[in-house]
Amino acid sequence: MAQSINEIQDELIAEFDLFEDWADKYEYLIDLGKKLPAMSETLKTEENVIKGCQSRVWLHAEREGEVVNFHADSEAVIVKGLISMLIRVLSAHSAAEILAADLYFIDRIGMSQHLAQTRSNGLLAMVKQMKNYALAFSAQQ
Amino acid sequence: MGSLVDIKNVRADFPVLDQQVNGSQLIYFDNAATTQKPKSVMDALAHYYQFDNANIHRGLHTLAERATTAYELTRAKVRDFIHAPSSDQIIFTSGTTAGINLVAQTFGRSTFKAGDKILISNLEHHSNIVPWQMIAKETGAIIEVIPVDDIGVLDLVAFEKQLDDKVKLVAVNHVSNAIGTINPIATIISLAHAKGAKVLIDGAQSVAHIEIDVQALDMDFFVFSAHKLFGPTGVGILYGKRELLDQMPPYQGGGEMIKEVSFSGTTYNELPYKFEAGTPNIADVIAFGAAIDYVKSHGAEELMKQEQALLAYASDKLTAIPGLRIVGTAPEKIAVISFVVEGIHPQDLGVLLDKFGVAIRTGHHCAQPLMQRYGLVGTCRVSFAFYNTLEEIDRFIVALERSLRMLG
Repeated sequence: MAQSINEIQDELIAEFDLFEDWADKYEYLIDLGKKLPAMSETLKTEENVIKGCQSRVWLHAEREGEVVNFHADSEAVIVKGLISMLIRVLSAHSAAEILAADLYFIDRIGMSQHLAQTRSNGLLAMVKQMKNYALAFSAQQ
Repeated sequence: MGSLVDIKNVRADFPVLDQQVNGSQLIYFDNAATTQKPKSVMDALAHYYQFDNANIHRGLHTLAERATTAYELTRAKVRDFIHAPSSDQIIFTSGTTAGINLVAQTFGRSTFKAGDKILISNLEHHSNIVPWQMIAKETGAIIEVIPVDDIGVLDLVAFEKQLDDKVKLVAVNHVSNAIGTINPIATIISLAHAKGAKVLIDGAQSVAHIEIDVQALDMDFFVFSAHKLFGPTGVGILYGKRELLDQMPPYQGGGEMIKEVSFSGTTYNELPYKFEAGTPNIADVIAFGAAIDYVKSHGAEELMKQEQALLAYASDKLTAIPGLRIVGTAPEKIAVISFVVEGIHPQDLGVLLDKFGVAIRTGHHCAQPLMQRYGLVGTCRVSFAFYNTLEEIDRFIVALERSLRMLG
């Protein structure tokens, strides 16, 4: 049985709890960003660009049976780290689970500043777009 | 380390500087976006609301008279500050952008014909591009762009060739917000005038750093924002030559801008009120007067020397960092440094520096055509004011090197 969205969030919170200061957290985040599997260049289309980010962010989703899988990339490595966590939490879950997800881990790991609605930040837009994909897939069912 | 101004006292005038951000002492290096405000500006604002708040120009009572006098006193201070011939050529707007739009929609609409040219430069902020594109579309005028070279200097040879009798207006910034170049506006203005073109100078980035004399430079229009000159947001200035302002139709209709209204017709008020429809931003205009007093009392020239010292010091320190390249190295610059680091996205540096308590700007700086010219998605920009110190630059460099190690 695969982990639930909340189980993965709790796992991430536990991982970040190991770090004492912000610099260690960010080094880990940067590391996650660097390890994010490369997105196929053919998916880096204008259509897949998320608007409203200072760096370009691409997001693509596809359905595999009952679950939705996400692929994403960004020019900025911290954004990639955030993406990597969102993919880990949301990918391989059903559209209904993704739509219902309450992403409390972002605040708990001390990254809520990235949800601020400034033009320089795309985390909020990313979450919204992931849920939009889930919504579109659930409408197809 | 020596300072030209009494830095300790100066910093005490800006309470916002004395705070911890993310656990570190704040270093505010985003002065090109907006400057901090001295306490005297905040006091003027509070004093106005506490004692003098009234609508201006119409009321006969004492508060209305006090508010009107204070409001008009700022106009006189601005006139003096930019050496305008007369206070009624100083028009209050909401900011630089509003001033440019006003000129585009009045002077532009009544002057431009199909095939006329508007010359802007490759260094412009979007607010000195888009208003001209809008009026060009309506009137059939054509926009041409003065090119910029690899180090950020405008190509005046190309400019001279572009200047012909079709050019009705040249609209350029005095200083580039993105890379700090000080443009040779005296030359630009005299070349343009020789061909019969008018010139609008966007002074948003220069007014806090360079002495402005609109008459000596023979400017036709000069626009700037109070908030980049240590004053409040929501106040801007449009200066114009009298014959141009007189000819221009009003922009917005409403109260204040009329002499007589009847349903058969309306006669407009005289300058500057013709362009100030509705109740203006009285409180912030009055507080802006305190900002001008502040700059004058410290000697604009001394403050500028301090900034140039910061610019030279920071440029040297940044140049020594491997992989770092300064974008825009014009010989004449204000204290703005744009830079990129090989293999690092500016946004990542901005996020980490903020965690170290350093406020810088990253991105395209609302100058996308300039970023395109240099093939960049954006830059990191540090911009200084006289209250910044060499010690802050040292701490910034340490934070920057640490951030680069984290990202590398």
